[in-house]
Amino acid sequence: MVIALKPKSSPERRLWRFHGGIHIPDEKALSNGRAIERAPLAARLWVPLQQHIGAPGRPLIAVGDSVLKGQMIAEPTGFISAPVHAPTSGRVVAIEPHPVPHPSGLSAPCALIEPDGAETWAELPPPLADYPQLDPALIRERIRWAGVVGMGGASFPTSVKLTPGTDREIHTLIINGAECEPYITCDDRLMRERAAHILEGVRIMHHLLRVRTVLIGIEDNKPEAIAAMQLALAETDMGGYTEIVTIPTLYPSGGEKQLIRILTGKEVPTSGIPAQIGIVCQNVSTAAAVADAVLEGRPLIARVVTVTGHAIAEPRNLEVPVGTPIEHLIAQCGGYRETPRKLICGGPMMGFELRESTTPITKSTNCLLALAPAEAPDPEPALACIRCGRCAEVCPAKLLPQQLYWNARAKDLDRVQDYNLFDCIECGCCAQVCPSHIPLVQYYRYAKTEIWAREQEKRKSEQARARHAAKQARLERQEQEKQARLRKQKEALAAKPAAAADGDDAKKVLIEAARQRAAERKRSDAAGQD
Amino acid sequence: MPNSVISSPHVPRVNRVDRVMLDVLLALIPGILVMTWFFGWGLLINCVLAVTFAVAAETVVMLLRGRSPLIALRDLSAVVTAVLFALSVPPILPWWLTLLGMLFAIILVKQLYGGLGYNPFNPAMAAYVFLLISYPVAMTTWLAPAGLAEHPLSFMESLRLILNGTLPTGFEWDALSSATPLDEMRGKLDLGQTIEQIGQSQTWGWLGGRGWEWVGVAFLLGGVYLLWRRLITWHIPVSMLLGLTATATLFWAIDPHTHPSPIFHLFSGAAMLGAFFIATDPVTACTTKKGQLVFGASIGLIVYVIRSWGGYPDAVAFAVLLMNIAAPTIDYYTQPRVFGHGSART
Repeated sequence: MVIALKPKSSPERRLWRFHGGIHIPDEKALSNGRAIERAPLAARLWVPLQQHIGAPGRPLIAVGDSVLKGQMIAEPTGFISAPVHAPTSGRVVAIEPHPVPHPSGLSAPCALIEPDGAETWAELPPPLADYPQLDPALIRERIRWAGVVGMGGASFPTSVKLTPGTDREIHTLIINGAECEPYITCDDRLMRERAAHILEGVRIMHHLLRVRTVLIGIEDNKPEAIAAMQLALAETDMGGYTEIVTIPTLYPSGGEKQLIRILTGKEVPTSGIPAQIGIVCQNVSTAAAVADAVLEGRPLIARVVTVTGHAIAEPRNLEVPVGTPIEHLIAQCGGYRETPRKLICGGPMMGFELRESTTPITKSTNCLLALAPAEAPDPEPALACIRCGRCAEVCPAKLLPQQLYWNARAKDLDRVQDYNLFDCIECGCCAQVCPSHIPLVQYYRYAKTEIWAREQEKRKSEQARARHAAKQARLERQEQEKQARLRKQKEALAAKPAAAADGDDAKKVLIEAARQRAAERKRSDAAGQD
Repeated sequence: MPNSVISSPHVPRVNRVDRVMLDVLLALIPGILVMTWFFGWGLLINCVLAVTFAVAAETVVMLLRGRSPLIALRDLSAVVTAVLFALSVPPILPWWLTLLGMLFAIILVKQLYGGLGYNPFNPAMAAYVFLLISYPVAMTTWLAPAGLAEHPLSFMESLRLILNGTLPTGFEWDALSSATPLDEMRGKLDLGQTIEQIGQSQTWGWLGGRGWEWVGVAFLLGGVYLLWRRLITWHIPVSMLLGLTATATLFWAIDPHTHPSPIFHLFSGAAMLGAFFIATDPVTACTTKKGQLVFGASIGLIVYVIRSWGGYPDAVAFAVLLMNIAAPTIDYYTQPRVFGHGSART
C-alpha cells in the first residue's frame, strides 16, 4: 500500500454517502506502476461489427477488401447506433461469427483483418480546433462519426448522451474517474499520463451540454491521478466550472448512480436515466476519445486495457487496437506465471468469464484479468440462506437481497419484482459478503432473464389475441353486411315486379340479382381466405 | 442452478456460516464461565450432553434424508442451539430431558422444516418452552448460586444428579434448590411484600439477584463482542432492552413499591442472553432494520407483560417465539426505501 501523496479533498464540496458498499483489497498495485505501453500489432484482428448498445451497424466492407486505418467498416443505422472503423490497414480476410466479449460467450459477426503492417491511415476529417465557434450539431456529428461509445463498460453511444433533450436542462456533467473495481488501473494510468487530453475532452463535452458544473470524481486510492488531474486543471481556463473531487474508496462508488449520489446527493429515479435529474455522466477514457475525435479527427480504434491478475507474469496497461485477440495481450505481458483459474473480461466484481483465447477486445473492454487459483478459489457449495441480512447491509441499491433470492429461487417472478429486482445493479456486494456463499447475482440475472422472456411471451400472446379478436370482428361485420344487402335486394325485388309490367324487364332484374349474388359470394370467399 | 457458467463476483467470499457460529460460541464463553462459577459443574455437563445429543440427532436426520451429515454439522448451528439450550435450563436437569429437548429442537423444529435457514422458530427456545410446559417442576428447579448455596455440588455429585437423579447423601432437594430471583420477586409480591422488603433479603445484589446479576453482565459482555465483530447489529438487542426498560420504567415510576426497577428486569432471567444471543438468531428474526426495531421492542414489551402478569416468571422464550411468528409479516411491511424510489433525502 503506497498512499503517501494523500491529496486533500476540497473543503467546500460536501460529499454524500450511498447505502452499503464494501471495502475489498484493490490489487491495483499489480499494474499501476508502469506507464501505458503500445502493444505491437497482432497478426490477425477480429473486429466486432457491433461494439455499442443500440441498433446494429451496417457493414460497409466485403471479404477481400483492403481497408485503411480509420476507415469506416460498419455504419450506424439509427440515432442510437455507432460506426466501427478499421483499427489498422490491411485486408479483410473473413466476415463471420466469432466469439466476442459477452457474458453469454456467444459469437457475433466480426471482420477478420490481416494487418499489412503499413498502418496507412485513411483520409481523416479535419481537426475541429475551433469547436467553440462551431455549430454544436457539427461537433456531435463528428463524435458520432468517430464511433465514440461509453468506455467504462456500458458502450452507449456518446453522441446521444451529449444531445440534451429540449424538455429539461442538464446542469451537471460528471466525469467518472472512480475506477472502483479492484485490479483495474487503465483509467488511473490515463489520468496520470494524459490528464490534459482528458480535460480537453471534458471541455468539449461541457461546451456541448452547456452545463454549469463539471465534477470529476476520483477515488482516494489514486493520489497520483488526482494530483495529475489537478495540475492539468490548473493550466486550463476550466477552473471556474470544473472541480476534481476526491471521493472515499468504497466499492461500487464508480457505479453511475452511486457516483451521482456521492457527488450531488441526488438519486437517479428508478428505471430512469441521469438526464432526468439534469446530470450526464461520462467516463474519463470516453472524454479522451472525444478529444481524439474532435481535435484530431481520429475515430475510436484503440484503447487502454489493463492486463492483470496474479496469473499474469508482468501485469501492465497496454494501448491496443480494438479487435486484438486476448491471447496476444497476454503474450505481450510475458504470458502466464501460472495456469489461471479463470480469465475475466472486466473487473472481478462485475466482469464475466472469457472462454476463447481469440476473443477480441472491444471499445469497452477495460480489463483482462487472469486470476490465479488462490485469488479466485472455486466457490464452496452454497449453504442455505440464514437470513443474516449482511447482503442488505452492503446493497448500494438498498434492496433486500435475501428476499430477492428467496423469491427468485421459488420462481415467484411477481414477488421478486415487488422487491424491486430491476433496481439491482448486479454489483456483487451481496454475494461477496454472503456467509452461505450463495451465488446471489446469478439468481438475480436468472430472474431478470425469466421476466424478460415472460414479458416477451406475454406481448406475443397479446398480439395474437388482438389479431384473433380483430378477425372475429371483421367476419361478423362482413356477415352482417351481407345479410343487410340481401335484405335490401329482397325488398327491391318485392317492390320491382309490381312496378315492372314488362316480362323482359323482370327477367333482366332476376339475372342482374343472380349476378350480384355470385359476385358477393366470390368476394366473401376471398375475404374468408385472408 | 439457473446457469452453468459461474457468475460474478469472482472474488473469495469473506464470511462463512461456520465462522459466524464459532464466534457466537466464543461470545458465550464469559456467560458459560460465570454461570459455572455460580451454579457448578452441572452447567458444563449439560452443555456437553446437549451438544452430544444435538449432533447425534442431526446426524440421524441427515442420514435419513440421504445426505452427508457433515453438510449440516459443519455449520455448527446444532452446537449453538445445544449450548443456548443448556444455558437456559436448570444446571441439574435430568439427562433425558436434555435429550428430549434436543430431539425436539433438532428434528422437529429445525430439520423437519428443511434444516438451518428454513426453521421459522428458534430451536433452542422452542425446546425450552416444550419442556417447560411438559415438565414444569424439573424445568424450574434451580440451584442456589454460589455464596448462597448450603452445599455447592461437586463434579461427581452433579453428574450423579443429572444422570441418576441421586441426591448427595444427607441433602434434600430443598437444601440445594432455590427460587430464581424472578420467581422470588413474583412470589413475594403476590404475598403482598413491597420491593423494599424483598430487597432486604440476603439473596439480592445490587443489580438483581445475587450471582444472577453477574450472569447478565457476562452475557452483555459477550453481546458487545458480537457487536464489535459485527455479527449482529445493535437494532434487535437495543430495541429489546429498551422495550423492556421503557415498560418497566413506566410501571416503576407509577408505583416503585410494587414494581421492580428496570435495572432488576435487565439483569434478571434471560434478558441479556435473550437480547444478544436468542432474539438475534438471524434465521427466525426480522431482517429489515426497521423490522428489527419493531421485533426487538415487541419482545421487550412481551417479556415485561408475561413477567408481571403471566403464568411464568420468565418470558424471553415465549416472547421470542411469539415474535418469530410475526417476523415475516413485519419484514414485509418494513421494507426500506429502495434507491431511486420515492423522495430521496438530499
